[in-house]
Amino acid sequence: MRLAVDRIKCDGHGQCAELLPELIRLDDWGYPIIARADVPDHLVPMAQRAVAGCPVLALALQQRTG
Amino acid sequence: MTRLLDGRDLTLGAEGLAEHVERLGPLPAAGPSFIDVLVRSGLSGRGGAAYPAGLKWQSVAAQSNGTAVVIVNGAEGEPRSLKDRLLMTKRPHLILDGASLAARAVRAKQVVLYIGEEHHAARESMARALAERTDEERRLVRTVAAPARYVAGASSAAVHLVDDGIATPTTAPPSAHERGVDGAPTLVQNVETLAQVALIARTGSSTGTLLVTVAGGVLRPGVLEIQAQTTVAAAVELAGGASEPPDAVLLGGYFGTWMKAANAWGLPLDHDALRARGLSLGCGVIGVLPSSRCVVCEVAGIMRYLASESSAQCGPCFFGLRALADACTAIAERGANSEDLQRLRRWSAEVSGRGACHHPDGAVIFLQSALTTFPDEFAGHRAHLRLSA
Amino acid sequence: MSLVLLTAVVVLGILSALRVQAAGWPRFLTTGLHRNLALMTLVFLALHIVTAVVDPFTHLGWLTAVVPFSSSYRTFWLGLGTIAFELLLAIVVTSLARGYIGHAAWRLVHWLTYASWPIAVIHGIGTGTDTWSAWLLAITVICVVAVVAAIGFRVTAGSRDPLKEPRTTFQAAAQRRETR
Repeated sequence: MRLAVDRIKCDGHGQCAELLPELIRLDDWGYPIIARADVPDHLVPMAQRAVAGCPVLALALQQRTG
Repeated sequence: MTRLLDGRDLTLGAEGLAEHVERLGPLPAAGPSFIDVLVRSGLSGRGGAAYPAGLKWQSVAAQSNGTAVVIVNGAEGEPRSLKDRLLMTKRPHLILDGASLAARAVRAKQVVLYIGEEHHAARESMARALAERTDEERRLVRTVAAPARYVAGASSAAVHLVDDGIATPTTAPPSAHERGVDGAPTLVQNVETLAQVALIARTGSSTGTLLVTVAGGVLRPGVLEIQAQTTVAAAVELAGGASEPPDAVLLGGYFGTWMKAANAWGLPLDHDALRARGLSLGCGVIGVLPSSRCVVCEVAGIMRYLASESSAQCGPCFFGLRALADACTAIAERGANSEDLQRLRRWSAEVSGRGACHHPDGAVIFLQSALTTFPDEFAGHRAHLRLSA
Repeated sequence: MSLVLLTAVVVLGILSALRVQAAGWPRFLTTGLHRNLALMTLVFLALHIVTAVVDPFTHLGWLTAVVPFSSSYRTFWLGLGTIAFELLLAIVVTSLARGYIGHAAWRLVHWLTYASWPIAVIHGIGTGTDTWSAWLLAITVICVVAVVAAIGFRVTAGSRDPLKEPRTTFQAAAQRRETR
């Protein structure tokens, strides 16, 4: 599973970084930097919570392509 | 060998339809099978990305069943580039031929002429040329003004403007050739590429030339048609030579690469050759910076421009580029220490790839090339004396 | 009880929109509580409706829970309650289905909270038994003050999205102007 951010929808709420600090941190202005897009299996449930927690639905979990 | 700028003297007005047909013959009747010819010609796009035109047409045609849209991209948002305007003003029928061939090849239901709102001569010339075309062509075509913003020339921004009236880039996927205007597969093609197409349809191969704009410290700045592989030095000579010994060359416009002039002279002006060296020709702007101008101040000024041209849709781009521009300006006042450079490196790394379009990426390439090529100038810079109010 | 919960939900919702945060209180707690309390509110509301309907004194049929103004007992005030309940149901259902309906549609329906809450308050006041205890009055007043304060806070604080203004400015510049 891969994390993907819709950069236009993202408004820098920062909840994803709170819910998934292992993979997401915030830059100087509050926008998410995804350190690793590939989500290890044990973090998938947390990633799903982060996706559900985004107030503007900018974060998505996608099937790894290829 | 035919060239794009053959024909009517360039100091005169546009080449009209009669002259155009007399010189080159009528527009060949061609349909979807023309795409194979285009692929074989190896023509790459002239809008900056140098993507193979034939492949692009294939993707659009594959998805189209009479629904496709062709956008003729004459936005020319790169401030120092003049080639698209020149083509539109002097050789509009080459472009319209190309557009017509594109429309038939991908079976388009609409052709949009997307021309920069401030390119008045170009808009008038294209309108006059359009009036000379066949009824069938005129029915298909409409003209839309591209706002005078740097990002307005990007494919997704063009589609966005035609669709919703706002020229801001959109998130891909889907890209224009999959779902563009009204959700239909859309072919966005630069006017120079379409002009080449018009000649390929008649001769089977491209001219082997490309248009570049030489700008800055040369005696005759402007557009040149050069053979592929011509060196930067030769192009600068054709533009009258440098007006004073230059220190730096910016290759590829505001998303391009800075280099010391000495390193630039031998470079071949060819997309593939430059890409192999990790460089990019972009839309073909060769900027010559004379030694009397200051590279640090120039970089800071262009960074401020690029920051102000962010469409403010994505935080990392809007805030990141502004921070980078402010930092460059501060460095221009007093020189950079290691902390400044560290910050610039960190922000550059963080901003790149975190926008919906390539605007922040391009700005970072521009800045990083300046920092790596001119570290001493950045470290030792002090504010210049201001001589007048 | 439902009113207290609903009030908490509304206030937390406003605090979420304002991106309020404090040391040791991450923002996902505010939104998380907002959601969980909203679901709890629905549960308590269901209880409230059931107890009201089975109350032998009021002679309410089950229909009154879904069709507004269909009771003979305090028709108007009770009808308001039905409306508030249905609005809340729509809000919660669209929130649960947010992934399917998209952000814009969700947001549109969610604004109905500003209708649902006052209607619920008025319903409470209108259907209260004739003997109003000081306790009930105090609770109602506190709830009203809390929401009014939160709304006041929101209105004066303005948008917390740092991109809102520059985005609007740029979009105005990048828009199509009238062409010949």
